[in-house]
Amino acid sequence: MPDSEKKVLLDVQNLKTYFSSGHGRSKHVVKAVDDVSFRIFEGETFGLVGESGCGKTTTGRTIIRLYEPTGGEVYFDGKKISGKMSKDDLRSLTRNMQMIFQDPVASLNPRMTIEEIVSEGLRVGGMKDRAQRLELVYAILDKVGLTKDHATRYPHEFSGGQRQRVGIARALVTNPSLVIADEPVSALDVSIQAQVINLFNKLKDEMGLTILFIAHNLSVVKYFSDRIGVMYMGKLVEVAEADDLYRHPIHPYTRSLLSAIPQPDPLFERRRVRIPYDPSIHPYDREEPQYYEILPGHRVYASPSEYERYQKELGLR
Amino acid sequence: MSEKILQVKDLTVSFSSYAGQVHAVRDISFDLCRGETLAIVGESGSGKSVTTKAILGILPGNGTIEGGEILYNGMDLAKCSDKEFESVRGKKISLVFQDPLSALNPIMKIGKQIMEALVLSKAATKGEAKERALELMRRVGIPQPEIRFNQYPFQFSGGMRQRIVIAIALACNPEILICDEPTTALDVTIQAQILELINEIKERNNLSIIFITHDLGVVANVADRVAVMYAGKIVEFGRSEEIFYDPKNPYTWALLSSMPDLDTKEQLFSIPGTPPNMLHPPAGDAFHERNQYALKIDTREAPPFFKVSDTHYAATWLLDPRAPKVEPPRVLRERIERMKRRAAEHAGQ
Repeated sequence: MPDSEKKVLLDVQNLKTYFSSGHGRSKHVVKAVDDVSFRIFEGETFGLVGESGCGKTTTGRTIIRLYEPTGGEVYFDGKKISGKMSKDDLRSLTRNMQMIFQDPVASLNPRMTIEEIVSEGLRVGGMKDRAQRLELVYAILDKVGLTKDHATRYPHEFSGGQRQRVGIARALVTNPSLVIADEPVSALDVSIQAQVINLFNKLKDEMGLTILFIAHNLSVVKYFSDRIGVMYMGKLVEVAEADDLYRHPIHPYTRSLLSAIPQPDPLFERRRVRIPYDPSIHPYDREEPQYYEILPGHRVYASPSEYERYQKELGLR
Repeated sequence: MSEKILQVKDLTVSFSSYAGQVHAVRDISFDLCRGETLAIVGESGSGKSVTTKAILGILPGNGTIEGGEILYNGMDLAKCSDKEFESVRGKKISLVFQDPLSALNPIMKIGKQIMEALVLSKAATKGEAKERALELMRRVGIPQPEIRFNQYPFQFSGGMRQRIVIAIALACNPEILICDEPTTALDVTIQAQILELINEIKERNNLSIIFITHDLGVVANVADRVAVMYAGKIVEFGRSEEIFYDPKNPYTWALLSSMPDLDTKEQLFSIPGTPPNMLHPPAGDAFHERNQYALKIDTREAPPFFKVSDTHYAATWLLDPRAPKVEPPRVLRERIERMKRRAAEHAGQ
């Protein structure tokens, strides 16, 4: 299906989030997210990768309004969700957009039972009847591979993998359409990671979720995502279909990132050549960079002369 | 095989906790040869870090070596006194930690931290130590070492800090370097650089390295030989190619097939359940509860090592001649096929 026929669920336009410290002369501004635009279609998983400090987490958190954007707009299901919103709109937004956090220990309140944690979103959303809430809690616990008995327990009684399941149940109990998953498996052990990834895949199909998946493990992102965006220093440098991105990486940073992935294949590892990335190669002081759609659905951040070169490399010119 | 520089025999380590004895390492044996990298892989709690701590004599207060020997250079490190350890730890065997930020003193200049070991061991005067520190910084790839020498850890990036930690570990020209998840806290591009550095240092100094990690991609990059640990025991060991292309233990299968690689499309093979509680290690094969290939005997008796080749051994009853023939999971078989095809294509070019 061409992109124009798919329904856009989340539309991020020129999003900027700056953090500043100090005042006057010593004022220092960090451009954590700098002019980032992308769209997520309904039912797809969009992966956001990049090294630590590139702004991928900040992007996710700004979308869900944990940070105030410095500039730009976010549209969810056609409605603007950045800037001022009425209480009712906010309530329906928080029901429809949920977040799963990286650290399953820090993100669960140790003094609340699993039932309280999971049902809090429903309670805040206006569901007053406890029996009704409980029914939904039991249903979602069952879905994520926990049992009814777990509802009365406290987070410390669970292992890391189970806690992440609670985190997933908490996010999904309100039946959201978009889930922002920020490194949901990186704190888990290898064998538990596979369980959680498989669970995600199952729930995604069953509940028709759209997922913004933020991670630094490129193999996991590739496996899990339909489309992938690569971020570097606050900029989104390349967006493409997952397979396309790995087959034809265009931006030099993407190439460098992909060439650095170690693979569980000793003979391959022995001949793998790492491509270093030097950010000073871009002629951005002379030419204004912008986004170009170089192949259908494949966008890259480049200056006009770079774009020309990339096209030549792909044999398009 | 070349000279064995370190031999661990029947090492058993346990911790006393309020709930009882935690059997962290149960009767493991391995050798380290000169100039090779031995990777120890396993999940958290499998005992891989405890093993290296026992080798360095830095077990926490509630941990004791219950039995076994750690032979290095005619000494048994398992029975060494603190005083005797001083001539080994940091000088002959040194350690690179996982988190380079907490391994460095935040209020001490970088240069001084590198010099510290040399000066304390009276191996060099201050002037010589400074020269050596600058040389080490150059060797681990720190640009402008003269300026960096007088800076503090917070002025370094994560990758640079790990380079400093490696420089400190190399200060006294050790024979054995133990790397405990040295790249886990780093980004993938920086990780690749650090692995290159470790490989290069190993070649140049003829170092022997014990590399602890749970990332199989990293193992494939650095290891000559691999030991897979589960629940305090080594369950399989062999040369890197043998472990990756011809694994025999069901736990190794599970570990290899539970992570996606770049070509994985199908459902991941996930290991059900959670790692066992080491307060009460399960009887028999510790993996049997989570193992779909478990045999009846696995619940009663722990499997011995069966020989696959001269260098490859696996502890699983599946290798017993009486056991039924089973194949590794399909995901893994296909992946190995793919890897072999890729290698053949490359050889053909």
